[in-house]
Amino acid sequence: MLNLLRGMGHSLVDAVWKLGFICRFMGVLLAQSGQSLLRFRLVVREIYFAGVMSLVIIVVSGLFVGMVLGLQGYTTLARFGSADALGALVALSLLRELGPVLAALLFASRSGSAITAEIGLMKTTEQLDAMAVMAVNPIARVVAPRFWAGVLSMPILAAIFNVTGIFGGYFVGVSMIGLDEGTFWSQMQNAVDFHEDVLNGMIKSAVFGFAVSLIAVFEGFDARPTAEGVSSATTRTVVTSALVILALDFVLTAFMF
Amino acid sequence: MATILASDSFIQFDDVHFRYGNRPILDGVSLSIPQGKLVAIMGGSGSGKTTLLRLIAGQLHADRGRVTVAGQDVQQLNTAGLYALRRRMGMLFQFGALFTDLSVFDNVAFPLREHTQLSPSMLQDLVRMKLQAVGLRGAASLMPAELSGGMARRVALARAIALDPALMLYDEPFTGLDPISLGTIALLIKQLNQALGTTAVMVTHDVHVSLSVVDYVYFVAQGKVVAQGTPDEVRTSTDPFVRQFIDGAPDGPVRLHYPAADFAADLGLQGIQHA
Repeated sequence: MLNLLRGMGHSLVDAVWKLGFICRFMGVLLAQSGQSLLRFRLVVREIYFAGVMSLVIIVVSGLFVGMVLGLQGYTTLARFGSADALGALVALSLLRELGPVLAALLFASRSGSAITAEIGLMKTTEQLDAMAVMAVNPIARVVAPRFWAGVLSMPILAAIFNVTGIFGGYFVGVSMIGLDEGTFWSQMQNAVDFHEDVLNGMIKSAVFGFAVSLIAVFEGFDARPTAEGVSSATTRTVVTSALVILALDFVLTAFMF
Repeated sequence: MATILASDSFIQFDDVHFRYGNRPILDGVSLSIPQGKLVAIMGGSGSGKTTLLRLIAGQLHADRGRVTVAGQDVQQLNTAGLYALRRRMGMLFQFGALFTDLSVFDNVAFPLREHTQLSPSMLQDLVRMKLQAVGLRGAASLMPAELSGGMARRVALARAIALDPALMLYDEPFTGLDPISLGTIALLIKQLNQALGTTAVMVTHDVHVSLSVVDYVYFVAQGKVVAQGTPDEVRTSTDPFVRQFIDGAPDGPVRLHYPAADFAADLGLQGIQHA
């Protein structure tokens, strides 16, 4: 019993320490970001690896999520005789909730884990040390470009997810089930408010992008320089990101809507 | 020995103490590395040799004592000062530490691109010269994964000398190389030191190759300098530690066995003997 209590206290203290490390790391990272913004080609390169290479999974998932929304939404709405509102349902669900959250979860598992593994392996093979000895700050040269690439990619990926999702819903609703095309789009147009729905969704995904990128680069930089260290850091990136995304989503939703 | 150390010292350790957690690594090391000389620091694995290099490069901070490099107290430097000092250093890591996402050419070009504003043609010429110096100009377009261990180490050497450093640090440059690559690296290190007048510190446990190239040797054990001398003095030394190290004797001042409980007791035989 006492051991259990002690263990709980211990892990709590550890968690608080880690939070402190992350905050300090974030401070250093932001202070060292000047170079990567001046030499924007470094960021562009990472946007290619983190953002462009995630397009396939984002587009395919978006399409399927939209199609499922179309099917489920239609059967539910049809029960209340309001199947015409399918367009509004699909768009609102995606823009306000599913787009930012699912795109962020996919981004964390596809790109976040890759970033952690890459930085962790660079640490393990002394590449970061070598860089520091060459008087090149690894946080400015390696960490910051990957972080900003993630921050910039995330809202765009979420937007692409939304668009393909809406087309998935359109495909099921209009092409398969045979709803009226004009009603589908006009219902959507009436229901969606740019500020309330689109912009708030974008803000959400920007916050998620910041959190996921920070977790990914921190875990990589903080990884124990061994094979097990990198593998557990990669796992932690995915798990922590998922929990943080869902928790932040609740907080943001409570404030926004 | 006095004649070698009489010249100006480039690196100076004064009573340096360092510990990792509760484990003492360095326990009062004092040594001096003269300008333009090639000096080896030898000792068994885990004797704190690499820690010495990291203290010179300012990657670690001593708990007590002073580390002076090129007249500057490394511990007192701020980040900008430390980075300015590091621009004059080159370090060869044990396994090369090449950037795996860059080609051989881009690896060698990396410090030049980061620290200079050279035109592309100038940069290309410089990189080719450095690669030629280590005999790998033909390998410029290869990726690090395509190189053998010896080649990777030579590319890392070319990268380390890209900015013509005043100080070279070698971390176990001979470990894990075949005899031919080993001879090549040793020759390159010697040539660099003589041709460019670079001060060099080499951390190693490879006695015989090192003695053939260095000017002076320090032996480190249990966190202290236990012996020192020129290669000739070392070869004829009667110091038990130096003898054990050079002859490769399994037991001597350095024990083969890690401290452990009584062997018989560990096997549970003690009771039987008494019975």
